[in-house]
Amino acid sequence: MTQLINQSTDQLISYTLHLADNALILGQRNAEWTGHGPILEQDIAISNIALDLVGQARNFYQYAAVLINRINGQALNQPATEDSLAFLRNAPDFTNCLLVELPKGDWAVTVLRQFFFSNWQFYLYRQLQESKDAQLAAIAQKSVKEVAYHVRWSAEWVIRLGDGTEESHERLSKALAELWPYTTELTTNAPYETALLQQGIAADNEIVREPWMQKIKEVLTAATLPVPEYRLVHTGGKQGKHTTHLAILLEEMQYLQRTYPGAEW
Amino acid sequence: MYMETGKKQILSLLEQVPDPEVPVLSVIDLGIVRDVILNNNEVEVIITPTYSGCPAMDVISMEIKMLLLEHGYKKVTVTSILSPAWTTDWMTDAGKEKLKAYGIAPPNPTRAVCDIGLFAEEEAVQCPHCGSYHTRLVSQFGSTACKALYQCNDCSEPFDYFKCH
Repeated sequence: MTQLINQSTDQLISYTLHLADNALILGQRNAEWTGHGPILEQDIAISNIALDLVGQARNFYQYAAVLINRINGQALNQPATEDSLAFLRNAPDFTNCLLVELPKGDWAVTVLRQFFFSNWQFYLYRQLQESKDAQLAAIAQKSVKEVAYHVRWSAEWVIRLGDGTEESHERLSKALAELWPYTTELTTNAPYETALLQQGIAADNEIVREPWMQKIKEVLTAATLPVPEYRLVHTGGKQGKHTTHLAILLEEMQYLQRTYPGAEW
Repeated sequence: MYMETGKKQILSLLEQVPDPEVPVLSVIDLGIVRDVILNNNEVEVIITPTYSGCPAMDVISMEIKMLLLEHGYKKVTVTSILSPAWTTDWMTDAGKEKLKAYGIAPPNPTRAVCDIGLFAEEEAVQCPHCGSYHTRLVSQFGSTACKALYQCNDCSEPFDYFKCH
């Protein structure tokens, strides 16, 4: 019985960390625009989205830390905290989707990636609000309102660029070719998701996929871009198999805590 | 009876705790104080964040603690809860008036926050300077997570709108 409970807590920890890692890594990527945005208003917009995502990540990490400490009891000298989970884990421990770790690219890559991601997060959180896990449901309920703004903002940018000038259309087409193979991973259930699904805890990516794809078709059509037909797929992030981009991102993000352990503001 | 008086006293004290980013509003005006639990001299204040990433929350917790300790409460804890999620509908009318006087357009009643319809019909937001409704959205994201940037078409002044959430 205890073993069963532990196994299911392990899955819940994996799932919570996956949700946290997605939000943190994209938040960190977006923050690279802070001070470098194409115009002031959009610099502020992308930085605000980064802030929302880091805030969501904190809520998930705090919950994961509680679960980890509960399962380990007094066994650990240093209990897990939101900071240790964000700053002291290595790349293979992260289970974010590959899409979020890719370099920020140009503005077309940034807004298109944001649209694919926020659109997915929106339908995922909407389901997760009904989770039998009260804390996951609460975080989802809180976050979905923020994400609705992200979807609107990014989708409008995709349309503006696609249906814009010759150059903006060209750049968005390139971004689409580059990012498309990474989108499938978003809506593919990992084993811990399938397990938690049966307990009414996780959201089901199989169900998320339909409205998510519908929205993509709607927005790409308005952006005068064809929905890609090819099925080349890059996955692995949810299993901890990452591109080298993640290691480089972590090196920068974790530098301070690694160099001066326990440093505080 | 004593309990109720004590709770009221604490709530009125909390009117002195400002939102560090919009200092014209108190935490009471914002509607983020959800409950006060008083047990002899021990106080627990339950608050809820406005946005997940709002950087003001840590400062707000600390200020609540300091203020109550200064007023003789021995043990003060501030607990943050996420559910039910905060909405601008919880902002007090007094708070909305203060915002307007400060030059920030107060939030309209929430309509369809969780709708992802594109290029949606813009809300009629009243200019806090000249009172005109003839205004336009410049950006959904403003100087803090809770605000959008608008401009008045009549008096040409740009202004912040505390967006409905």
